[in-house]
Amino acid sequence: MALMSFRNVWVEYGDKIVLERVSLDIHEGSFVSIIGPSGAGKSTFLRLALGQEGPTKGEVLLGGEPLRPEPGPDRGVVFQRYSVFPHLTVLQNVLFGSECAQAPFLGKLFGSKRRQAREESAEMLASVGLGDSLNVYPAQLSGGMQQRLAIAQALIKRPRVLLLDEPFGALDPGIRMDMHALVTDVWKAHGLTILMVTHDLKEAFALGTRVMAFDKRRHDPQAPHRFGATAVYDVTLDRKEGANRPSESVPDAALPALGSR
Amino acid sequence: MIRLINLHPTRGSGVLLGVLPLLLILLFYTGASAARHAENTSDKLLPTFSQMVESTGALVTRTDPTTGDIPLVADTSASLTRLGIGLAIATGSALVLGLVIGTLPLIRSTLGPLVGVIAVIPPIAVLPILFITFGLGEASKIALVVIGIMPAMIRDLSAFIAQLPQEQIIKAQTLGANSWQVMMRVALPQALPRLISIVRLQLGAAWVFLIAAEAIAADVGLGYRIFLVRRYMSMDIILPYVAWISLLAIIMDYALVRLSRIAFAWAHEGAR
Ligand SMILES: Nc1ncnc2c1ncn2[C@@H]1O[C@H](COP(=O)(O)OP(=O)(O)OP(=O)(O)O)[C@@H](O)[C@H]1O
Ligand SMILES: [Mg+2]
Repeated sequence: MALMSFRNVWVEYGDKIVLERVSLDIHEGSFVSIIGPSGAGKSTFLRLALGQEGPTKGEVLLGGEPLRPEPGPDRGVVFQRYSVFPHLTVLQNVLFGSECAQAPFLGKLFGSKRRQAREESAEMLASVGLGDSLNVYPAQLSGGMQQRLAIAQALIKRPRVLLLDEPFGALDPGIRMDMHALVTDVWKAHGLTILMVTHDLKEAFALGTRVMAFDKRRHDPQAPHRFGATAVYDVTLDRKEGANRPSESVPDAALPALGSR
Repeated sequence: MIRLINLHPTRGSGVLLGVLPLLLILLFYTGASAARHAENTSDKLLPTFSQMVESTGALVTRTDPTTGDIPLVADTSASLTRLGIGLAIATGSALVLGLVIGTLPLIRSTLGPLVGVIAVIPPIAVLPILFITFGLGEASKIALVVIGIMPAMIRDLSAFIAQLPQEQIIKAQTLGANSWQVMMRVALPQALPRLISIVRLQLGAAWVFLIAAEAIAADVGLGYRIFLVRRYMSMDIILPYVAWISLLAIIMDYALVRLSRIAFAWAHEGAR
């Protein structure tokens, strides 16, 4: 069974149609890269999966159940920026998730619970390469390290789906490569399902087990806002899920669908 | 030629440049005062420094026969008490209301417009209402300080909280936070340093409202004293009192800056 299903989903803001007729299934363990021109509705699609907003028409299912239009701990997220809390240290940022669940009122853990949560968080931070920066504030971290922190923070909740909206868009090329290795490791180690929006075609094909392109199928020159985008290109890469190998090549078949812009 | 906008003073010369205008004013005052006294030895408008020390010194060393207090001490403690209570009430309410208005859309729709309307009422205009409802005692003076600064504080703080990056609020929810936790653990800690700078900004206004209230109806207080001795044109008391009020304001401002830097170091790390 599909982990997430989108059934004839439409998203409209006023009379502007952003997404139309989006119907697709996301399988457990897949790494879906989402590409498409700016304004095509990639972030909107991710917001639907996140539950940050509900569809105008159609339905979104998670594990067969309709998704409540509200973010929840079964879906982790990393944005391009502002994903971490500036007023908490690196360790506190990761502890936040445990504290919310175990200390709903005070937000502070004590005794063995505290020790265990700290150990678990420190371990998670070590696994993303932040083991030496537990007690600094995010402002003192580089952009790449902040994104590592955001990933560790999301993973501690063991989400079923991890949503990434241009997570490496603001990083230098060299650091991006390190981050690619990191997400691939994390994806395998935690058996995650990942939806990642990116503007980088190479990145999309190198990391994903499936690549989707969002764009408008139809254009009305008089009223461009009356047609929405949908998944115009959707290919499952010939690669065993969970056994990702970095690949730099974009299949030729993809180019007609993507090359027009 | 290096552009003027790129010429920066060194640390030492910066301090020097800052002190210079103050020194010039003092120098100018001394000269003008001496000149007037040369013409008219009983000039009241520009008292000499020794006259100021003598008159104001009397308010510090001699007790008031009717109350048994030292006037400057009694005035200072009365004014600071009123100001402190007023600031505490305004700050506490601004924090609570700013937090709920900033984080809860339902409350924002309910109270936001009301706060906006109240904020445009000139506080001094409601002073008579305060005197009528609270009487001429302490309550009406404290109320004026509170009413004078609270609406702006609520508006500023709630706007700040509402503008926290949406990403953070979403992220907190994906980490399992409920509304209470988002408020207490995401919004509140980030609002506190902002609250301190809002208090700093409103401190000047708070003094204005305090002195206005004391000028109209009081029997002790810094504002009361200034307006009392005005009847005798006692510039030799007014000027030192003004200087004393300014010094108190500077100390309070400095204390707030230090507090913010010590308690919220993360907020002063500089831009990312
Ligand atoms: N809350 C909203 N109200 C009205 N229009 C919106 C809203 N959110 C998004 N849109 C519109 O929906 C369209 C798609 O936006 P979206 O952010 O999903 O695009 P995107 O594919 O992520 O673009 P980019 O690559 O630039 O991030 C845009 O035209 C945007 O203006
Ligand atoms: Mg986007």
